[in-house]
Amino acid sequence: MDTREKDIEKLKDYKYGFTTDIENIRAPKGLNEDVIKFISNIKKEPKWMLDFRLKAYERLKLLKEPNWQKPKYPKIDYQDLYYYSAPKSMKDKPKSLDELDPKLLETYKKLGIPLQEQARLNGIAVDAVFDSVSVATTFKGELTKHGIIFCSMSEAIQKHPELVKKYLGTVIPVTDHFFATLNSAVFTDGSFVYIPEGVKCPMELSTYFRINASETGQFERTLIIADKGSYVSYLEGCTAPMRDENQLHAANVELIALDDAEIKYSTVQNWYPGDENGKGGIYNFVTKRGLCKGKNSKISWTQVETGSAITWKYPSCILKGDNSIGEFYSIAITNNHQKADTGTKMIHLGKNTKSKIISKGISAGFSDMTYRGLVDINSKAKNSSNYTQCDSLLMGNKCGAHTVPYIKNKNFDSNIAHEATTSKISEEQLHYCQQRGLNPEEAVGLIVNGFCKEVLQQLPMEFAVEAQKLVGISLEGSVG
Amino acid sequence: MSEQLQSDFDKIMKNSKISEEEILVKKNFLNKFIKSGFPNRKQEDWKFLDISQIIKKNISDLSFFNDYSQPNIIDPFIFIDSLEHNKIIFINGRIEKFDFSYEDQNKIKIKDEIGKDISFNYENSLIDLNNAFAHKVFKISIKKDYSLKKPLIIYHSTNDKIKSTNINLRLDFELGENSCLRLIDFFNNSKAKNFINIFYNFNLNKGSILKNFKIDKFKSDNLKYSFNNIEQDISSISETFILSAGSNYFKNEINCNLNGEYSSAFINGVFSLKENQQHEIRTTINHLVENTKSYQLIKSVLGKNSKSAYQGRIFVDSKAQKTDGYQLSKAILLDETSEFNAKPELEIYADDVKCSHGSASGSLNEDSIFYLMSRGLNYQQSKELLINGFLLDVVEKITEAEIKKLIKNIIGLKE
Repeated sequence: MDTREKDIEKLKDYKYGFTTDIENIRAPKGLNEDVIKFISNIKKEPKWMLDFRLKAYERLKLLKEPNWQKPKYPKIDYQDLYYYSAPKSMKDKPKSLDELDPKLLETYKKLGIPLQEQARLNGIAVDAVFDSVSVATTFKGELTKHGIIFCSMSEAIQKHPELVKKYLGTVIPVTDHFFATLNSAVFTDGSFVYIPEGVKCPMELSTYFRINASETGQFERTLIIADKGSYVSYLEGCTAPMRDENQLHAANVELIALDDAEIKYSTVQNWYPGDENGKGGIYNFVTKRGLCKGKNSKISWTQVETGSAITWKYPSCILKGDNSIGEFYSIAITNNHQKADTGTKMIHLGKNTKSKIISKGISAGFSDMTYRGLVDINSKAKNSSNYTQCDSLLMGNKCGAHTVPYIKNKNFDSNIAHEATTSKISEEQLHYCQQRGLNPEEAVGLIVNGFCKEVLQQLPMEFAVEAQKLVGISLEGSVG
Repeated sequence: MSEQLQSDFDKIMKNSKISEEEILVKKNFLNKFIKSGFPNRKQEDWKFLDISQIIKKNISDLSFFNDYSQPNIIDPFIFIDSLEHNKIIFINGRIEKFDFSYEDQNKIKIKDEIGKDISFNYENSLIDLNNAFAHKVFKISIKKDYSLKKPLIIYHSTNDKIKSTNINLRLDFELGENSCLRLIDFFNNSKAKNFINIFYNFNLNKGSILKNFKIDKFKSDNLKYSFNNIEQDISSISETFILSAGSNYFKNEINCNLNGEYSSAFINGVFSLKENQQHEIRTTINHLVENTKSYQLIKSVLGKNSKSAYQGRIFVDSKAQKTDGYQLSKAILLDETSEFNAKPELEIYADDVKCSHGSASGSLNEDSIFYLMSRGLNYQQSKELLINGFLLDVVEKITEAEIKKLIKNIIGLKE
């Protein structure tokens, strides 16, 4: 096989593994006050934003990188990273899609993201983030009609400073843990969503993240505010090119739901997982946290995690408002040398709060998967309840599956129920499927899809189809 | 505290007649302990109940010196008389008596084995403390094919003659092939505030059976820590029952290594806590070879201001195919000040296994209370009946009829 064929062969496994040749503007390598000022300056940020960043940076100097997680990784040299990288042509932002760099558009076409007008049929508003900056947001007019703000974070800082100032850092403060604080100091862009009082967002909002440049960390920040009585469903997808080095992705996502509001946040994470020998891939160290601030509010996380060399994240809900609801649905699949340490935190503070956790972990090859979760019912959270179910499926005896739930009940009116099982695909099920004409791989795919069904059905339609395919692809080659 | 430790240690060594070599071994453990100190909540295993804080709050400064030269008077009043049994009497940190009068003396060997052999490789500073200060380490060996006719009860007690506020006990047990030992730990009530640190090391040879019952029922102001290390060979069975109810603080830790095929481990525990009590059970079951089995059931009933924690860990090695592991913890919170924490953990590296865990906590079921009250019981009676049934479930798991009866009587459970 010559190299070209090999490359094609490689691309088959991870079809998003291409790179795009686009000239980039980069901040100087390394992490220091000047780089932060550079980022803030290039984005023409107001002073309060720069102060926010510098405050986080001051704090960061005191913090140590945590190391209690299960998947260990070689030390990251934070001075050897680029903290800002943007396509050159984006320096003066295009006003409409027609002005976009055709190469960028091509990239998004390859990704299957409907940026173009013809994609109107799909009816999804998209904000696309390329390396560090948001490049395009579609369906603006339609959304503005309802008073919905859906734009990039940089734009929001310019145009809606009062909202950003009021909510940014209220769920994930600048004094949070290492990676969150790092993000607060150097975040480059991300999506901003504000749904006004009483508005049900008429379409799915969606962001696609892509890391293109090498030696770059991606630090995006997403802030979603659902005002009283509103509803929004938000989708997030991620891809990256194939590179031999590990790249860091440390995003912060903050959700705030006020009285009677509901936010549904779905992620299909398919960052480059590294090759079959565990070389390269993305370190996905993301902080996602939702605050059910108002009464009767609801936040629901759904995630399908198939990519990344290491996934380390715990989308959490702080149930502060009375009668608020938190939900977490997750499928995490690890193959080859991938590692994941993921789960959720449900912190019950208000009365009559309810939470539900459904987590499905599948490990194959040499991979290692950990579910780590916290359910904490505070003494004031009267009459609250939690239900947790976490199931793991093992394929082969070179991989591992672990469950580490922390359960704290300080309220005698509240109930917590937790269940977990670990097993493998039974011979009988496989036999049954094969007897009816499926080959072993198809049979496994079918059984795994059944195993994940509870979570997959939580996803919006368009995503569900993609996720189902992704589940199949991720497990290719793990049977037999 | 390190000065106190050092000077008390030197005083003990001066009074004892042990060899230079042994002093050196003990000294090593002492230094190790001084370096690491008491465990605190920064350590994952001590996250829920921080022993260093609890000791500080209850006893303030510990002292370690005891005069072991004079025997203590045995008060026969403490003995259980409803059951014929062998005895080991442990008073104020000194083993006063071994009484195996029901047994064939040739089949049981008691060796006062101290010295280099006490080393035990496990990261736990309390074990270092134990190794440094335990008065004498005895090894009790049971010969091949011998089953003790009567259970063995270890009486743990203190009286007002005690000088130190820390007591350490270490016993090693060697169970020969196909032998059987039923061991009951019986803790007496005591007003004194001491920190009691117990370490048992069991070695179960092929086909042997160990049944250990730890009964802590009577109100005492003691703080207790107990660590059982159990090594199991082919087809051996260990069964541990813990009644955790009397002491102010009690942490039971069990580390069980299933080294032989077809070996199995059972752990059943009951927490019944009231005013200000804080108890914990932490278990680690290591499934290291094929076809091993473990089962754990822990139930708590928590009254005012009490707190219980359960940390259970099942580890399955990649070689340990066909493992069957199960864990269940349930808690009833009776008061708004009670608290239950759990961390049931699975760490699995083999694919052909069946492992599951469950945990549930909440208040008493109002519907059940209503049902009972509508049939003529008052509120208090209904509550008691429900708790009775809740705990009976665990006690019924005990496989020894007479010991089951004894424990039922002690807890006051009705059938």
